[in-house]
Formats: sequence, C-alpha cells, structure tokens
Amino acid sequence: MTKIKFLLELHEKLSGLPQDEVEERLNFYSEMIEDRIEEGLSEEEAVSAVGSVDEIAAQITADIPLVKIAKEKIKPKRQLKAWEIVLLVLGSPIWFSLLVAVFSVILSLYVSLWAVIISLWAVFVSVIACAFGVIVSGIGFAIIDKVLTGIAMIGAGIVCIGLSIFLFFGCKAVTNGTLLLTKKTAQGIKKLFIKKEEA
Amino acid sequence: MDIQLKRGLLDVCVLAAIKNQDSYGYKIIKDLKPYIELSESTLYTILKRLETADMLTVRTAEHGGRLRKYYHITDEGIRRIEEFKAEWNEILSIYQFVTKEDNGND
Repeated sequence: MTKIKFLLELHEKLSGLPQDEVEERLNFYSEMIEDRIEEGLSEEEAVSAVGSVDEIAAQITADIPLVKIAKEKIKPKRQLKAWEIVLLVLGSPIWFSLLVAVFSVILSLYVSLWAVIISLWAVFVSVIACAFGVIVSGIGFAIIDKVLTGIAMIGAGIVCIGLSIFLFFGCKAVTNGTLLLTKKTAQGIKKLFIKKEEA
Repeated sequence: MDIQLKRGLLDVCVLAAIKNQDSYGYKIIKDLKPYIELSESTLYTILKRLETADMLTVRTAEHGGRLRKYYHITDEGIRRIEEFKAEWNEILSIYQFVTKEDNGND
C-alpha cells in the first residue's frame, strides 16, 4: 500500500470524528512513514510497519471521548440557508421537545440505575448500624439484669453483622455490573454516531 | 502487565527519551525499542497526555522538505522523572515483600 492510499483510507475510516483531531493524527502517521522511508525502507514496508488501517482507526475511535464526537455531529457542515433557519425556528416546538424527551429518557435511565445502587448501599449501612445499635442496647439490658433479653438482642446483632457481609458482596457485584452497563451504553451510543456517518 | 502500571512506566520512558535532547516520534520509538515495544498509536496518546500535563512542549520544524514535530521536555517533565526514581525504591521494597511471601508459601 502506498502512503497516500494508507492516509486516504484512514481518513475515510475516521470521517465521523472531529476534523482537527483527524488531521493531527494523519500528520503524525505521515511523519512516521516518511521517517521510515528516510531510513531506507521501501514505501510499502514503511506503511506496513505502522500497522493496519482498521486497527489504528479502532484505537483512535476508542481514544476520543464521546462528548467530542457528539459535538462534531451537532456542528453544521456548511452555513445554513435562510429558509432552513426559518424552518428550524418554526419547527422548534416539535424537534426541541423531542430532543428534551430523548435526553430525559437517557437521564432517567441513569438516575434509576444509580438509585438502585444507592438504595442497596443504604440498606447495607442501615443493617450495620442496626447491628451495632442492637448489640450495644443488648449489653445494656444484660447489665440491668434482663440477661435473657440482652443475650437475644446481642444474638440478633451478630446475625445482622453476618447478613451485612453477604450484602456487601452483593452490593459490590451490582455496582460493578451497573458501571459496566453504563460504559457499554456509552460505547454503543458512540458507535451509533460513527456508523451513521459511514452509511 | 497491569495497565495502570504500564501507563506510568511508558510516560516516564518517553520523557527519558527526550530528556537529553529534543526528539521526534520515530526516533523515540527506535530509542525505546530495546527496552519496551511501543506502537505509533500508543506513542501518540502518551505524547498528547504529556503535553496536556505540561511535561513536554511541541515544536514543528522543517526537515528534508517536510515538517516534523519535535518534542522538548519541560521542568515539570524532569520533575516527573525524578519523582519516578524516588518511587522506584518504594516499588522495589514492595517487590521484595511480594517475592518473600512466595518463598514462605513453598
């Protein structure tokens, strides 16, 4: 593959990404290839030493944050014509509310996911607090001669502590799972943006 | 190797490669080759990260009828290398502890 073909292919694969970023990357790879040629490699060898276009494109896409990609999408490719602006303004009751709806759905999804996590941890904390409370008051009962009640309460406290150990691992697993899910969702949205451009 | 550990090591390696003399992308890869294999994409990410952290500055200069980017280490970058040297003793003592544990289990 020639250097030009390599750069063109890479450019095409990255077409959904911010243009200034893409340009900088292309310059970087171009310099790398030139330096290898200068050292005595043939153009073909120099290009293949840099790596495959697909691999490089995949890594670059993973590197660039979602917000930056989304911003690039929103930016219009050319100046808007007057009638387009008029249409945008007139249609705003429709598209604006749709946009708000989409964002609220995403937001509520995140909020409900995190609410589950927070409530789980709250249960965990309250079980621990309950355990200590019951043990302390159990000791109190035992001291004021209600020994049986005291022992029963201390026993209940110890059961709570045991329960909290199980809860801890459960909470941790759910938190990790949710974090993974959030990450996967963000990656999915990212892919959606880029795919659209290529189509 | 653990990703976090490797990332830290690579940062210091790249800084060390430009410490004595300004260098450019391909030369950095070549200089580090005997010690650590570095792909172009990885190097780009590291250089960006170091530039954002003010540990190096970039200048573009003409070379043989084309442009080439040269990387120059800053005081902040030199400080990072010194920091790494100090951290290394800590890592070494952890390593000794870990390997001692191994012997105990045998």
